[in-house]
Amino acid sequence: MRLRGKALLLGDDVDTDQIIPAVYLTSTDPQELGKHCLEGYREDFPSRIKPGSILIAGDNFGCGSSREHAPWAIKGAGIQCVIAKSFARIFYRNAINIGLPILECPEGLPADEGDEIEVDLEGGVIRNITKGEERRAEPFPSFLQEIIQAGGLLEYARRRISGRA
Amino acid sequence: MTLAEKILSQKVGREVRADEIVMAKVDLVLANDITAPLAIKEFQKMGGKRVFDGNKIVFVPDHYTPCKDVQSAENVRLMREFAKEQGIIFYEIGRGGIEHALLPDEGLVLPGDLVVGADSHTCTYGALSAFATGVGSTDAAYAMAFGEIWLRVPKTTRFIYKGYLRPWVGGKDLILFTIGKIGVDGARYKAMEFTGEVISRLNMAERFTMTNMAIEAGAKTGFIPFDSTTNDYLKGRAQREFTPFDLGEADEIIEIDCSQIEPQVACPFSPANVKPVWELGNIRINQVVIGSCTNGRLEDLREAVRVLKGKKVHTDVRLIVIPATYKIWEDALREGLIEIFLSAGAVVSPPTCGPCLGGHMGVLGRGERAVATTNRNFPGRMGHRESEVYLANPAVAAASAIMGRIAHPKEVL
Repeated sequence: MRLRGKALLLGDDVDTDQIIPAVYLTSTDPQELGKHCLEGYREDFPSRIKPGSILIAGDNFGCGSSREHAPWAIKGAGIQCVIAKSFARIFYRNAINIGLPILECPEGLPADEGDEIEVDLEGGVIRNITKGEERRAEPFPSFLQEIIQAGGLLEYARRRISGRA
Repeated sequence: MTLAEKILSQKVGREVRADEIVMAKVDLVLANDITAPLAIKEFQKMGGKRVFDGNKIVFVPDHYTPCKDVQSAENVRLMREFAKEQGIIFYEIGRGGIEHALLPDEGLVLPGDLVVGADSHTCTYGALSAFATGVGSTDAAYAMAFGEIWLRVPKTTRFIYKGYLRPWVGGKDLILFTIGKIGVDGARYKAMEFTGEVISRLNMAERFTMTNMAIEAGAKTGFIPFDSTTNDYLKGRAQREFTPFDLGEADEIIEIDCSQIEPQVACPFSPANVKPVWELGNIRINQVVIGSCTNGRLEDLREAVRVLKGKKVHTDVRLIVIPATYKIWEDALREGLIEIFLSAGAVVSPPTCGPCLGGHMGVLGRGERAVATTNRNFPGRMGHRESEVYLANPAVAAASAIMGRIAHPKEVL
């Protein structure tokens, strides 16, 4: 699958409190959470997100809490995909489990805000169309590919449960 | 093999090695009032009917409890009803407390266990030599349905703490010093092992403080080797038989000389932005919080009382003390600690995670500054985005409450 969208840039160590501040955690609705996506990073960030935006972050994206509300807020806001130099481990697994596309690219993709980004999820290729730059993302281990192809752990579990029944 | 590999091999049923992705059997699944509601909904969407074993699942409402508003009350109602229907262990307020202080004290977590909790500080239980790690709500739902979790077997970094501890230096200072040294992603995806002569002399409370904050270095879990202190703690508590594993190999070893370490403070906005308390200068504060899954145990309250006894909280400061469980609250009352806090001018709260995550019961306003014995000081963590949190041990927090600025306990004693 190929995704295309405008780049939104973030720095290193963006934690889950910044992605979705605790005050909103009594909600479990992705659309509602999405309205406050990254509000803790910059108050006006939610208004900068356009449907189909692609987040480009630095190292250790999603560190801190285990709150799955963080990837749900990103998904709920209409962000298509997150590219980071590295992900904190609970965020990494949460994103895979809920079917939010993520790509780990340790060397980073040179980009300015608003650049046109294209991502080939299966091939693991990331392109900055505006700048003509291309990078390869770290490949996923085969078991995680199974979960990703199922659309997340929920769907993977549903198949397992219905297969068992 | 490493300790992590030994435990996970047993849970997978074959020999597994670092970097493999495995499906492992869990001994205990945990969720709280933020993560359980989402997990229950996911469980139902999966088509789940019955959980794999209600006696191996624990729900602890502790973040927004006693419930702060209608939505949080609805979330706990959902948990309570689901727990009843499925036979899940549920700790009502008044009988439970903060999950990571509660579960070990109740003897529910044991050496050699694999524990997954939908809370990042689940790694706390590594102080009992269990493999314990934080996961998300969908993971918790999957574990509730199948009794299994997918995991990447971590590599292991062993820290050896040598020398002796200076006065007023304890587990909190050692872990802050360590995070300051390696950074907030210094142990990303790894198991940390806290070992050495200094660790073997720490009490269980200080050990829990250290493993609790392994996540703040990005770690998957943090271990402390099983020894006579662990064994003594578990006597009369353990609800099952257990067989501890010995330490094994390590992929990397880092030695730390403790003899020069002073009480440490993590400054805004990162748990790795650590300085010795003496270097901070005159930093005025508005609030002090002593509590949380990091430092809300009886030993922590005793440390604070050593400093606070016969003293008054500074007129410009609010001191909030939060015993981590109701049992700890009761013990603190019997020991006379609560009276000392009240006489000093503190408020003693029921057990809750409340202020640590800026939830309730002590949220900061714009420009306000707190010293807290909690675990995170990210932007806006305790309230307004322009508020600040300094992380410290309970004695430094108490001294700061008296002085109205960040202070070393020696300054008031």
